[in-house]
Amino acid sequence: MLGKTSLYLKDFDWFIFLLALIIAFVGVVEIHSATQYDRAENFYLKQVYRILIGLVLMILAMSIDYHTLAENVPYFYIAGILSLWSVLLFGRKISGSKSWISLGGFEFQPSEMVKVIVVLALARFLCEIRTEYLSGKEIVKASAIFGLPVLLIILQPDLGSALTFFPILLSGLILGGLRPKWIMGAIILSVIVIGLGWYNLKVYQKERIYTFLEPERDPQGTGYHSIQSKIAFGSGGFLGKGIGKGSQTRLGFLPERHTDFIFSVVGEELGFVGAATMLLLYFLITMRSIHVAQTARDKLGIYIAVGGTSVMLFHILENMGMVVGLMPITGIPLPLLSYGGSAILSTFLFLGLIINVRMRRYVN
Amino acid sequence: MGLKDFYEDKKFVLGRLPFIQYSAIAVFVFLFLGIWNLQILKSKYYKEQAEKNQVRSITLTAPRGKIIDRNGQIIVDNRPSFTVSLTRENLPGIEGSLELLASGLKLDIGFFKTQIDRHRHQPGYLPITIKEGLTIEDLSFLESHRLEFPGLDVTRQPRRFYREGQLAAHLLGYVGEISEKQIGTEEFSYSKLGDIVGKAGVERVYNQILTGIDGQKRVIVDSRGREVKLLDTIEPIPGNDLRLTVDLDIQRAAENAFQEKAGSAVALDPRNGEILCLVSRPAFDPNSFASRISKTEWDDLISDPKKPMQNRAIQSRFPPGSVFKVIMTIAGLREGILTPEYSDSCSGSTVLYGRPFHCWKKGGHGRVALHEAIVNSCNVFFYHVGQKLGIDKIAYYATQMGLGQKTGIDLPGEDTGLIPSPEWKKKVLKADWYLGETISVAIGQGYVALTLIQTARAFGGFGVGGILHTPHTVSSEELAKWGKTVNRSTESRFELDEQTIDIVSKGLWGVVNEWGTARRAMIPGFDVCGKTGTAQVIGKEAQASLGNKKEEFEDNAWFVGFAPVHSAEIAGAAFVEHGGHGGEAAAPILHDIFKVYYDKKNRGKDEIQVSLAQPH
Repeated sequence: MLGKTSLYLKDFDWFIFLLALIIAFVGVVEIHSATQYDRAENFYLKQVYRILIGLVLMILAMSIDYHTLAENVPYFYIAGILSLWSVLLFGRKISGSKSWISLGGFEFQPSEMVKVIVVLALARFLCEIRTEYLSGKEIVKASAIFGLPVLLIILQPDLGSALTFFPILLSGLILGGLRPKWIMGAIILSVIVIGLGWYNLKVYQKERIYTFLEPERDPQGTGYHSIQSKIAFGSGGFLGKGIGKGSQTRLGFLPERHTDFIFSVVGEELGFVGAATMLLLYFLITMRSIHVAQTARDKLGIYIAVGGTSVMLFHILENMGMVVGLMPITGIPLPLLSYGGSAILSTFLFLGLIINVRMRRYVN
Repeated sequence: MGLKDFYEDKKFVLGRLPFIQYSAIAVFVFLFLGIWNLQILKSKYYKEQAEKNQVRSITLTAPRGKIIDRNGQIIVDNRPSFTVSLTRENLPGIEGSLELLASGLKLDIGFFKTQIDRHRHQPGYLPITIKEGLTIEDLSFLESHRLEFPGLDVTRQPRRFYREGQLAAHLLGYVGEISEKQIGTEEFSYSKLGDIVGKAGVERVYNQILTGIDGQKRVIVDSRGREVKLLDTIEPIPGNDLRLTVDLDIQRAAENAFQEKAGSAVALDPRNGEILCLVSRPAFDPNSFASRISKTEWDDLISDPKKPMQNRAIQSRFPPGSVFKVIMTIAGLREGILTPEYSDSCSGSTVLYGRPFHCWKKGGHGRVALHEAIVNSCNVFFYHVGQKLGIDKIAYYATQMGLGQKTGIDLPGEDTGLIPSPEWKKKVLKADWYLGETISVAIGQGYVALTLIQTARAFGGFGVGGILHTPHTVSSEELAKWGKTVNRSTESRFELDEQTIDIVSKGLWGVVNEWGTARRAMIPGFDVCGKTGTAQVIGKEAQASLGNKKEEFEDNAWFVGFAPVHSAEIAGAAFVEHGGHGGEAAAPILHDIFKVYYDKKNRGKDEIQVSLAQPH
């Protein structure tokens, strides 16, 4: 297996790899800048370690032929379900939800790993379907494969994480082929679900939505994050205030500045030039990943590449959109840039899978 | 398990890939527009917002001006006061710390909790004042628990300090936070919400002079409101110091003379109306108002049956009792009813309009001339004078001497007192005047009721030959210094002639110096003149039936006087609630006041400590 890998090494995707490293590097710099006055921890160093672990995982994920991974996906899937189950039983409660588990002193969020497994499992299921459109039965099966782990995550309850799973199913079904009547049905169904869901939302959840629509209605409460993020980001202007000189960041007006709102720090300190450059880097990774799908050897590769890309794209859309006030506030991190262990690891795993597909694109 | 990977298998899927691609491009265009919008289109607005976020203006409270006595001794000044406030945002889990905090700062835990509760709906970054006027113990407690309570901040502010607590409390008044009602009124046109303003007494009347101009400090703060950097400072301008006409030594003597008794005393310079001292008992400690007074403390003061907030020297009226006989004498002499040779006979009582009227001396005074009638305060003598004068003449002379009307003193809430007349009774009580009521008025009972300040002014006015000056606590010259002009040209005269002055003066001198009723007011060499009053609270018979048990039905004691006899320099009135006889209870108080004045005058104007070891 490893010998085979060396054959593919000339096809290693340096482009994606370098883009990812640049983004991760900027992330470390900005995490350092955002937390330089916090005496408690060296966040940026921890992030460096995580990136190194992520790189190891990436190499692992690209080394084993994705077909082999897909063949063994039932085992991964069962392991993933068990880990989510154990989190529900033994997990640590952090800010109201049991989504963390401690493995040998390492705080770990199994849902991030399960995300990778769900991409593989759905790809495995969908790639075997030959018809132009998916049948109703197949859609139900795909939804069930997807739904079981997501349900367990919703039970934690970690709605934010559960939300990030949906692009996998959505992109899979779109590629697999949805009949127009199914699409119409889905639209009607989602309207009903949203309508019903609204009545079942908790007060604080509704408040978040109201505040998203009009942050100024509660500038010191739930609207605070949105307003402060926009102030920090917008005040960066064209060139930014310089690394380590973001006053909003430094004086602590910006909350969650090294995690969910790291892009605000980028905006404040590096300005439009920096923020747009970062956006460009993400754009290039995304386009490259879609190109990997286009040139993949088989449907399995396409589904894996698109599944991984769609998850990252959703993170980018939600997180950056939240920072610039276009999306509601959720705790969804920005891939590669935000401080945070599990998300970084799953991102590198996805990148590893995408590179894996690319390396093995030629039919022997 | 072989996974199929034929090219044709990919056909359908590949055909749908562009949809994913275009969606991705749309996402990036969307985000780019968002970035453009904030950093290019609206960057100016957000730069201003960022500026506002960090720069905070902090008011530097200007200390109020000091209040000093006529000789420059400080009565009221300011002390740095430490206030601890809580920013809940920075002290999460506050509920767990409340007990420790409350016990450390000696706060009532229930009160403390409601205090925090009241701010529940305010944003967590706004500081809540927990305790003002911290003691050394409080400060050291906070210092030693600094790490446990990161949300607590101690700030320093000038706080009003009344050096001698209750001394002259009613005259000085007190300060407090401006009320919503007061904001925007002409009186407080310079004040804004949250300002400390004068609420009563001199503090209120001269609030504008005493109030300084607050300064301002602009600082850069972090999100917790902590100062990171100072931008600039506008120093506060302290308020002007205000010199009173009050003499602190005299005031102290007057306060001491009261001991625990309730009542009031006032002394003034009859030549110009300057107040030398003003005491009202029971008093309150204005220091307790300097910070936010607690609701219960305030309610206690307001609902206290002893009315400690009432300024008894100017806001209360009392029947003057025999003090009123002086007015009767002046009226009688001016009307020609009394002459130096006039005499009457007192058998202990007299029957007028079918009703007996008693003298205080059971067996009667026998044959009494005018002088003896004044010195021994014979009731029967003055019943007859009153009968001859009639109520209209009595009211005429009393009113001329400024009684039953405001003196115009520069303190808030002055009462008019009351000189009754048939017109007044008709109008207010809707009843006709009975002639017997005139007889009661003649000895200062019945409807007649006077304030101390107007009585002191009337006596002083007599002492200087019939001129009434407006009493005041701050001289016109002092006010002119601070750009205020005041119209005190309301001084008025009442008609006197040499004979009246001579007879009345001799009588009042005799009261004090000839074994009269006020021997205890005598000061050798100072020729004190005055008249005692012992005003009934309830009828004699009712009083007798109660025995001597009921203090609240005990007579009120008056003494009003001036000195020296022919050219008065000081006049005053002393009043002791339920004090019994005027000569025993009230005369010693005025004695102490006059004595300090006299001693100071003799020893020059230097600051002296006067011993008050005079036997009463």
